[in-house]
Amino acid sequence: MSGPHSIDIDYVAQLARLELTAKERERFSGQLGDILQHFAQLNEVDVSGVEPMAHAFPVENVFREDKSEPGLPPEKALENAPRKRNNMVLVPKVVEG
Amino acid sequence: MPGEIHFQTLAQLQEALASKSVSSVELTRRHLDRIEAVDGRVQAFNSWDEEDCLRQAEASDERRAAGKIKGPLDGIPVGLKDVIAVKDQPLTCSSRMLERFVSPYDATVTSRLKNAGAVLLGRLNMDEFAMGSSTENSAFKTTFNPWDTSRVAGGSSGGSAAAVAVGELPVSLGSDTGGSIRQPASFCGVVGLKPTYGLVSRFGLVAFASSLDQIGPFARTVGDAGRLLQVIAGHDPRDSTSIDTATPDYSKALAEKKGPWKLGIPREYFAEGLDPEVKEAIQAAIDWYADRGCEMVEVSLPHMHLAISVYYIVATAEASSNLARYDGVRYTHRSDRAEDVVDLYFKSRAEGFGEEVKRRIILGSYVLSSGYYDAYYLRAQKIRALIRQDFSKAFAEVDGLLTPTSPFVSFKAGEKTRDPLAMYLSDIYTISANLAGIPGISLPCGFNSQGLPIGLQILGEPLGEANLLAIAQSFERAHDFIDRHPNPSPPD
Repeated sequence: MSGPHSIDIDYVAQLARLELTAKERERFSGQLGDILQHFAQLNEVDVSGVEPMAHAFPVENVFREDKSEPGLPPEKALENAPRKRNNMVLVPKVVEG
Repeated sequence: MPGEIHFQTLAQLQEALASKSVSSVELTRRHLDRIEAVDGRVQAFNSWDEEDCLRQAEASDERRAAGKIKGPLDGIPVGLKDVIAVKDQPLTCSSRMLERFVSPYDATVTSRLKNAGAVLLGRLNMDEFAMGSSTENSAFKTTFNPWDTSRVAGGSSGGSAAAVAVGELPVSLGSDTGGSIRQPASFCGVVGLKPTYGLVSRFGLVAFASSLDQIGPFARTVGDAGRLLQVIAGHDPRDSTSIDTATPDYSKALAEKKGPWKLGIPREYFAEGLDPEVKEAIQAAIDWYADRGCEMVEVSLPHMHLAISVYYIVATAEASSNLARYDGVRYTHRSDRAEDVVDLYFKSRAEGFGEEVKRRIILGSYVLSSGYYDAYYLRAQKIRALIRQDFSKAFAEVDGLLTPTSPFVSFKAGEKTRDPLAMYLSDIYTISANLAGIPGISLPCGFNSQGLPIGLQILGEPLGEANLLAIAQSFERAHDFIDRHPNPSPPD
């Protein structure tokens, strides 16, 4: 699929680390095409000189005193780990060799 | 205690507990009975732990007997949307991804509820990761509307709204990123308040779109919503976007502020697409305010029609980033089909996320991707500034804006699930408040010819909650909509 309102769905799914089925790819392509077409209305607005707004109110750095406080103990932090051993999260091998 | 305990207001229950005409254990028991009786038809709850609730209630009764109550909510059952962390309770976000997740810590609002003595009763259903307008995106169940169980409760905080409407809880908390408190409140005939961005701490609220998310109360009266807001509002050093300001005394403000107010009617909210019966009910509310001496002015929010596009760019961009943490490694669902660690990310996310979440992650990743960032994300942020400016101009002139909460009443389950864009467009009246960071409340203002509730939305200036509550309460007190309760009939 190509055109002004189409998404390279395989590329974006790769960016998002998300495996999609063939059906999902097809359905999302169509639906997201419709949505992008709707977004095209934003091009009608003159935004020159407008400062982008990331937050509802100006946010500045918020500092606190550099004081240590108790955190989660490892056992508690690992309670939800899908696989663990010796207070560590287990994952498939990352480095070859 | 006489009468139907489960439709008493929070204020009445507080009084009954104080006068010892009811114990917290009895109150909690009766609400658990109500859940047993009706939740099979409404499906507001993902889970509840009966023993744990009763233990909390017993502790409350002991405190009261010893004359040592902790705070205003001591002994009162309060339910939380399943996106707010409670230590040692499930936190699923209605997602397979977190189906077995148990929270290791409390959200700040949870600590505040505990410090006020509340009995934390149950986890309330929602659209997965708060993405949706009907709870149909929950991985576990759809929450049905107590007024007509073939229809949806709204979303994403559908469980929180339905539970309060049907008397399973006196009050609850939800979260609102684009209308997720106000729209289900409107559909279910209860009061729902989205506070000013930064008034309530987001610490322990699972993030969807961090610049838009806000926790807020559901209640059956405006006063009760104010009582719950009082407990959860206030600065929190653990949320860097939390506003460092003194919290007003909302009950005092409600007693003092009597109007009349200068109220704005934004003409863009009454354009095409508004259901005629909803329009009629909102017009009647507008006329009521005018009749009692409020000055009504028509105002314009010229960028309103762009809000949906801006919202679905900003919200999905933030979501695609926030949801990157669900990788199958540390605390989520993990695929057992993975061949290596990168494959583990792809497959765990494919299995753990539902369709709407995937769609939004793809859309968000796209609008942030190289070559499209300026055209979508940056442009959306600029138009967001224009939308906020529109509201600032309006609030320089008026105390509040009166609008419908939703263009229509609750719709049939399944009616909009096939067309995501149509579902997105249904958020048209609520999302701009999130983009601008302003507070908004939805309260019942009538019923349509089929007996389905209609919600009136009142929008206010930043930190104007006291005014909003007062404007809303004056209407509520002059009408009897809050005295009507749904009675979901058993299935045929």
